[in-house]
Amino acid sequence: MTGIKDRVAVAGVGATRFTEHYEKDQEDLLYEAVQEAIGDAGIERSDIQAMWVGVYYRFTGLSGTTAADATRIYGIPATRVENYCASGMDAFRNACFAVAAGVYDIVLACGVEKITDQGSRGLPNVLRDSIPPFIPPASAPALFAMAGTRCFAERGWTREDLARVAVKNHANGAKHPKAHFRREITMDTALNAPMIAWPLGRFDSCAVSDGAAAVIITRPEIAKTLNHRDDFTLVKANGLAVTSAFPMHNPGFDYLGFPATRLAAKQAYDEAGITDPARQISFAEVHDCFTITELLNYEDLGFCAPGEGAAFMAEGRSSADGDLPVNPSGGLKSFGHPIGATGCRMIGEVTKQLQGRAEGIQVRDPELGLAHNLGGPGAVCSVTILGRN
Amino acid sequence: MLGRAWDTPALPGERTAAGGDQDSLTLGIEAAFACLERAGTDDIDAIFFATTTPPYAEKHAAATIAAVLDRRDVGTVDVTGSLRAATTALRNALDAVRAGSARAALVVAADMRPAEPSTAMEQLFGDGAAAVLVRPDAPVRVLGEASVAEEFTGPWRRTGDPFVRTFDAKIETEQYQRAVVEVSQRALDRAGVSPDAIAAFAAYAPDPRTYASVAKRIGIAQARDPLFAGAGNLGAAHALASLAGALDEAAPGDHVLLAAGAEGADALVLAAAEGVQRARAARTLNDALADKRMLASYERYVRARRLIEWDDPVVPSSTIRTWRDRRQAFALYGVRCGACELVQFPANRACIACGGDRMTPQRLQRTGAVFTYTLDHLVAGEYLETPVPRMVVDLDGGGRVFVEGTDCEPSDVTVGMRVELCFRLMHEGADFKNYYWKARPER
Repeated sequence: MTGIKDRVAVAGVGATRFTEHYEKDQEDLLYEAVQEAIGDAGIERSDIQAMWVGVYYRFTGLSGTTAADATRIYGIPATRVENYCASGMDAFRNACFAVAAGVYDIVLACGVEKITDQGSRGLPNVLRDSIPPFIPPASAPALFAMAGTRCFAERGWTREDLARVAVKNHANGAKHPKAHFRREITMDTALNAPMIAWPLGRFDSCAVSDGAAAVIITRPEIAKTLNHRDDFTLVKANGLAVTSAFPMHNPGFDYLGFPATRLAAKQAYDEAGITDPARQISFAEVHDCFTITELLNYEDLGFCAPGEGAAFMAEGRSSADGDLPVNPSGGLKSFGHPIGATGCRMIGEVTKQLQGRAEGIQVRDPELGLAHNLGGPGAVCSVTILGRN
Repeated sequence: MLGRAWDTPALPGERTAAGGDQDSLTLGIEAAFACLERAGTDDIDAIFFATTTPPYAEKHAAATIAAVLDRRDVGTVDVTGSLRAATTALRNALDAVRAGSARAALVVAADMRPAEPSTAMEQLFGDGAAAVLVRPDAPVRVLGEASVAEEFTGPWRRTGDPFVRTFDAKIETEQYQRAVVEVSQRALDRAGVSPDAIAAFAAYAPDPRTYASVAKRIGIAQARDPLFAGAGNLGAAHALASLAGALDEAAPGDHVLLAAGAEGADALVLAAAEGVQRARAARTLNDALADKRMLASYERYVRARRLIEWDDPVVPSSTIRTWRDRRQAFALYGVRCGACELVQFPANRACIACGGDRMTPQRLQRTGAVFTYTLDHLVAGEYLETPVPRMVVDLDGGGRVFVEGTDCEPSDVTVGMRVELCFRLMHEGADFKNYYWKARPER
């Protein structure tokens, strides 16, 4: 079995600011992100031979036409990818495998979501359309909150443990020009905010934001002829693991982490030859849809031992100046989570860090960066490892 | 609270108000489960459902009760439209069992009558349900029965009327009394029982004064209604709920007069037999009355009753899916894996743990413990109050379900809390009643 290690290069990245883009629609956003990525790569739109677009909500767009109409690139393969909140990184994954297969030279992976167009408040619940009466329409925060409740009961974690994640990520995001929220918060602010779904309060939850992100992918030989000929990044590995959408019905599910992350990370680490992630990974952009998720990600990604996620945070190891900075961009906490866009945004963040041109906080001399995109009730996870060439 | 809300004199006592996720059917199902648990059987072959407030104008409610009780080979009857629906249903159930066309007939009575805000009816009406199991070997004998039909209008409610109407309480009360006295005397004559031998008078009456007055006219010396003080006028459920209270205290040989009047009247003379104490519920009527949460405000009642319009989002639903999933959603069937023995819910085609596909249906128990939970403020749908407790519950005997909490303060929910599942109205998506199970703290 041949993987994709070092066979695929990221030639260019682009993203809109993530915020409430009331004045823009999904085509505006996707066009802006794709144009930036094309310019960053130094290619023409006509060089793109295939496209994958991550979209979750149907009001954002259906089918490959979402990418075709936004880019005005017609007549080439274009596919909508939907895989819960990991839709964006799965679009990237499909693009990588097509290039690694040798079918295309240059392709586009992108993602977009226009959540503020949904016509109601909060995160729209699409499960209700497709799931029988025995699945109550729990909010996304509710599904992750139940992991928090379990960690509180089993491990003695507290809301302070959660709040530290919010304070860290907001401090990082305050320095990023494309973040939705660009201000620091205090522990008191986080702890005193209104409840969303016990034990998660407003600052434990990522926001509802609009945005788009795009990545130009090619073979390393071609990347050497483009803008980033000296500093393009290489895909070291990608793992995608899908478990059940119904952990709430699975008597074996302990709510002390997400098996999908562990399985996707194992795939990626095996392919990249990583045996000690805490030492070998320089930094990570992880899916902090909720603060509890980030703490559990530390464990599931092998950055620390099971049960030590809260301590890993409290000891400052994941801070921007820690030994394994996590979410130096500010994460979903600061950017919000336009579902289909997030995975591609993470790839862009990791690429720019490795190139030493991060838009916010720049981590010191990174060698390997990890991006982690988690979807559904912790059921779909994509892990990508990028390295310098 | 009701008097204060409208600046009117308050009647004494307390009133029961069902939760916003209840209707006569869900109340009736609670009573049905309680009755069958008391009888120690679910071997029934007829179900009668009596109410003036059926969930549908056209759709059979007793069939839903049968589905929840997991009984398919049963005769089902809805008796609706009358405050004596329960006594009429009981008389028919007795006839069926005596005739041998039914072995065991369950009579369920439930009501949630709509009272116009600010009226005396609002202060009188309570919500409730009761159920009776009719079997040849029951520890209560029927000694005499009688009925009379009388055309009269009052009280009434046309199809589409939001509230019960009444014209002249005095003539309505007199009509009620005349009919109840007549059938009671006839039933007592047939039973050969003297009115002063009646230990308990379990009757529907519109209000406590009329109850006392009709008891006196029949000649019952010691009549005490167990419901008006703590529950109110329970409509079609009132007589059977009173009977439950009477049987909680009856000794073998005691006589009970059961009666209800509306557009005529029914009366039955009952005698407690040997074994009546053994058949006594672990949970008595008084326990049921004591198990309550006081509503925090009249506004909460208004919201639960949907007395003001509310902009509830439309919830998609499907009659096809509800039918297909009926054994899971109504009778609470999961499956057991033939390979690894794991009991699971819903009825997976292949095992969620081992992937094996030799699955056999298994009905789940309705008690368990909270494994984890959240209190969800971010909800869409017909929720009357937030936060909504959502719980992952590990059921006794296996199976894990994800359900909403009800009948509790959200702050009371804890990991490990013992709960029992109860059948509730979830929403009315696709313009029909969508029912499912919720969890409440174990009693």
